[in-house]
Amino acid sequence: MKVEVWDIRKSFSSERAALAGVSLTIPDGEFLALLGPSGSGKTTLLRVLAGLDFAEAGAILFDGRPMDAVPARERGVGFVFQHYALFRHMTVARNVAFGLEIRPRNRRPPAREIRSRVAELLELLGIGELGGRFPAQLSGGQRQRVALARALAIEPGLLLLDEPFGALDAQVRKNLRVWLRDLHVRMGLTSVFVTHDQAEAMEMADRVAVLRAGRIEQIDTPKRLYGDPATPFVHEFLGESVRLACTVQDGLARIDAVPSASIPTPCPAGPAFALIRSHEIELLPGPGPARVIAIHATGPLARVLLRLGEQDVEVLRQPDAWMPAAGETCDLDLSRARIYPLQASPR
Amino acid sequence: MNTVLPQRPTTEHWLIRAGLIAVTVVLLIVLLLLPLLVVFTEALRRGVPAVLAALEQPETLAAVRLSLLVAVISVPLNTVCGMAGAWCISRFRFPGRGLLVTLIELPFSVSPVISGLVWVLLFGANGWLSPLLNATGTRIVFAVPGLVLATVFVTFPFVARTLIPLMQSQGAAEEEAAITLGASGWQTYFRVTLPNIRWGLLYGVLLCNARAMGEFGAVAVVSGHIRGQTMTMPLQIEALFNDYDWIGAFSIAALLSLLALLTLVAKAALEWRIGRAGGGLL
Repeated sequence: MKVEVWDIRKSFSSERAALAGVSLTIPDGEFLALLGPSGSGKTTLLRVLAGLDFAEAGAILFDGRPMDAVPARERGVGFVFQHYALFRHMTVARNVAFGLEIRPRNRRPPAREIRSRVAELLELLGIGELGGRFPAQLSGGQRQRVALARALAIEPGLLLLDEPFGALDAQVRKNLRVWLRDLHVRMGLTSVFVTHDQAEAMEMADRVAVLRAGRIEQIDTPKRLYGDPATPFVHEFLGESVRLACTVQDGLARIDAVPSASIPTPCPAGPAFALIRSHEIELLPGPGPARVIAIHATGPLARVLLRLGEQDVEVLRQPDAWMPAAGETCDLDLSRARIYPLQASPR
Repeated sequence: MNTVLPQRPTTEHWLIRAGLIAVTVVLLIVLLLLPLLVVFTEALRRGVPAVLAALEQPETLAAVRLSLLVAVISVPLNTVCGMAGAWCISRFRFPGRGLLVTLIELPFSVSPVISGLVWVLLFGANGWLSPLLNATGTRIVFAVPGLVLATVFVTFPFVARTLIPLMQSQGAAEEEAAITLGASGWQTYFRVTLPNIRWGLLYGVLLCNARAMGEFGAVAVVSGHIRGQTMTMPLQIEALFNDYDWIGAFSIAALLSLLALLTLVAKAALEWRIGRAGGGLL
């Protein structure tokens, strides 16, 4: 199902973050991640999509049909809650059957069909033997699968997942990522999931929308997001970044602490700053502004700790590349840095 | 090798410990067990037939019937209101929510006499609404409606107060899940909300009922003490006691105590149920 979101606005309530004009289009079949720190509005956006919260302005369209007047129960959206919200007084099978059993008589499948559909879904999610158990008797990962099965039972056009792995331990999380991504493709779903874990978003999603303070900072494929962050916030949120003060003049940014570095930039003249990731910094032999404090050569990449002016900078290098010795000075190639004007940083 | 001996949690002298335990036990016996024992021994002083005969007095039978009638009206009313109130308070944020919580608890903090007096002031012979009542010829105070009103007021908080913390601890997520799965408001309430709170609800209803049957103060003010007409069981006990009809008074008292004991047993069973179901704090 194609989802369009037009300029959704919602002011602060005591419980949930605000949305300050969010627009995005989710093509049919996409797996979209909403990524952001807590309070960025990602869960609010998800709840607005489901119809559990209401926006004060803006519109939501499912396959071109406006959803403003459509209540949550008629949207046909599958929602997997952060803590699963399984019905604690029902067995797993009854939980999964719920969405079908409550349908009005004329749209309800016969009991036999419901039973076989539930069994099929439990089988598909790898929990075929758990139908008779109660939620309290399940592990976290099993509960998550039941919550998914329950949401999928109504054959939703859109699947929404709120921090689907938030309550699970690291190992289970990792396995489930691959599995969920696989399920999404196999069932031809359109899915949106909320996460604050950038690795999770980057690994699973077709596209990632980075939210901050109720706005979308950038929405793009993980690769483009990482390689070409539109704002300093995205740059720093998606991976550890080194921040260096610089000055822009005549279309060139000069890094204050590294006189040899001048990077072409469209930024207006004036004070600015450069962001670069640790593995993008090149070390050059010869005298220079950086002094090597320590080298840790264990692991797939060597970590070189540098003192640059007032700042400590960590550089990641291939272990077989040229390496200065501790105590030596060296020069830096910062040509892969991205320059951002100073005043644009705080919003 | 060092072995760590289990340490006593307290280091007080054994005499102090034994003394404190003895004080507690004596207090328990004198304050709780003895009165109960007195009620039953006094009632049974002349044997079971005397008790049965006392309970068959027309006035006493009328009192039992009236108490049951009052409970049958006020308990369901407060159950429905309490459920609605608890749902509003635990599921929504709205202006005046704090005030509503305070209002629900008001009957707990107001003296029962005042709870009765307000109805006399409103509906009594010289009350605010007496012109209206005189015009239509309805009697509220010194009649059954007054007894019901006073009882409803006094027992109002029980169901709501039991359900609010329970529903708050359970949260709204399951209800939201039901809605996204296509359930209507009523379906959500009857299939998800109600099953989750059923033990807590029963507990609240039980307490509400015990109080409705046992209330004395508020009911005494609005009753008017018309024998055989506006006397509930507790009022009848007092009347018989004042008449030096010991057997009669203690027979009804024993009946009420028996009811209280049954309530206690049911309450303990429910608490065990709720604890096992992990239904939250009570």
